[in-house]
Amino acid sequence: MATFTLPKNSKIGTGKTYKAEPGAKNVKAFKIYRFDPDTGENPRYDTYEVDLDKCGPMVLDALIKIKNETDTTLTFRRSCREGICGSCAMNIDGMNTLACLKPIEEVKKDVRITPLPHMPVVKDLVPDLSQIYAQLRSVEPWLKSDTAPPPDGERLQSKEERAKLDGLWECILCFCCSTSCPSYWWNGDRYLGPAVLLQAYRWIADSRDEATGERLDNLEDPFRLYRCHTIMNCTATCPKGLNPAKAIGSIKQMLVERQG
Amino acid sequence: MSIMKDSREAVMTGRRTDGTRVKRPLSPHLQVYDMLQMTSGLSITNRAAGVAWTIGMVFLVWWLAAAAAGPDAFANAQWFFSSFLGILLLGGLTAVAWFHTFAGIRHLYWDAGYGFDLPAMQKTGRLTLIATGVMTVLTWLIAIISW
Repeated sequence: MATFTLPKNSKIGTGKTYKAEPGAKNVKAFKIYRFDPDTGENPRYDTYEVDLDKCGPMVLDALIKIKNETDTTLTFRRSCREGICGSCAMNIDGMNTLACLKPIEEVKKDVRITPLPHMPVVKDLVPDLSQIYAQLRSVEPWLKSDTAPPPDGERLQSKEERAKLDGLWECILCFCCSTSCPSYWWNGDRYLGPAVLLQAYRWIADSRDEATGERLDNLEDPFRLYRCHTIMNCTATCPKGLNPAKAIGSIKQMLVERQG
Repeated sequence: MSIMKDSREAVMTGRRTDGTRVKRPLSPHLQVYDMLQMTSGLSITNRAAGVAWTIGMVFLVWWLAAAAAGPDAFANAQWFFSSFLGILLLGGLTAVAWFHTFAGIRHLYWDAGYGFDLPAMQKTGRLTLIATGVMTVLTWLIAIISW
């Protein structure tokens, strides 16, 4: 069900402001969503002033600097700091992206950072992704084949067959796209969302996979697939430049074409 | 026990450090997201245009019913449609009808497998807006000339 406002316990208050050190010239304010389950209080925005002259270029650099030097309780996921692990996905300045790939200078005013939208918050910038992982499992994202591979080597693909997977295999499952989708916000209990559908298509498009029919059967559902209304927030926000909307469009086309 | 309407309710409960349960907040969505970009902006406008057009149909039915009911009723309807409010309504409905039509064509284009890359999406989006403006003005020019 679509609820446009936040529930009572999710309304965001104003928290503390941490001033920059005196003498700092290049100061940028980071307005960061905080929620501490131990206090049980409503979430709040804390503002941290960061001296950009003593900080790396990316939003993640600022977050790490804040955690190291100002407030050790600030909680967020991060790992590779180079856009390949997908851990630091969050909403920065109104769009979902990876904090490690987002240059601070791209944000004109204060940098507002919130967790991935319309998700349960575990703590601060850490959302609970168990629903979306369960949905990913439901599309069985692995190679399914009844025929044995050739005894002397791998299952081969032509260059053309392999090229069909470009733009699909690069997905790092950060879920920026799914959580940017208004349809996923309102129907995420049954709609699979762009990230999971792109994964589904990654296996449908694979020439070595022999379960295409079953996979399409599984998706032919008013909610699982057809809650996509080609809004395209997914493609606009993908930090890896992939196109989930196009992948979903391809699945829809295959479903029509197989009706004959 | 109450029935869970939304399976996501299950993950809305978390644990504190001491193991007691805590209701998790829902992260902000419409409150923070950039909804006015070409993607979601035109999508919601298309929906709103569809709703507005459906309501506009009620006025068309009124006009036709008034025409069938007799000269007095028809004169009433005509009076309303030529009043300032009536003209404003008709002008709005013209824009809404054209927008919904062009956005619909854009959707057909997508459903045929074209126009998914971001530059194309921006271009067709802008085209939809411009075409709506041009056709609305043109419709009214023709209407005023042949009045």
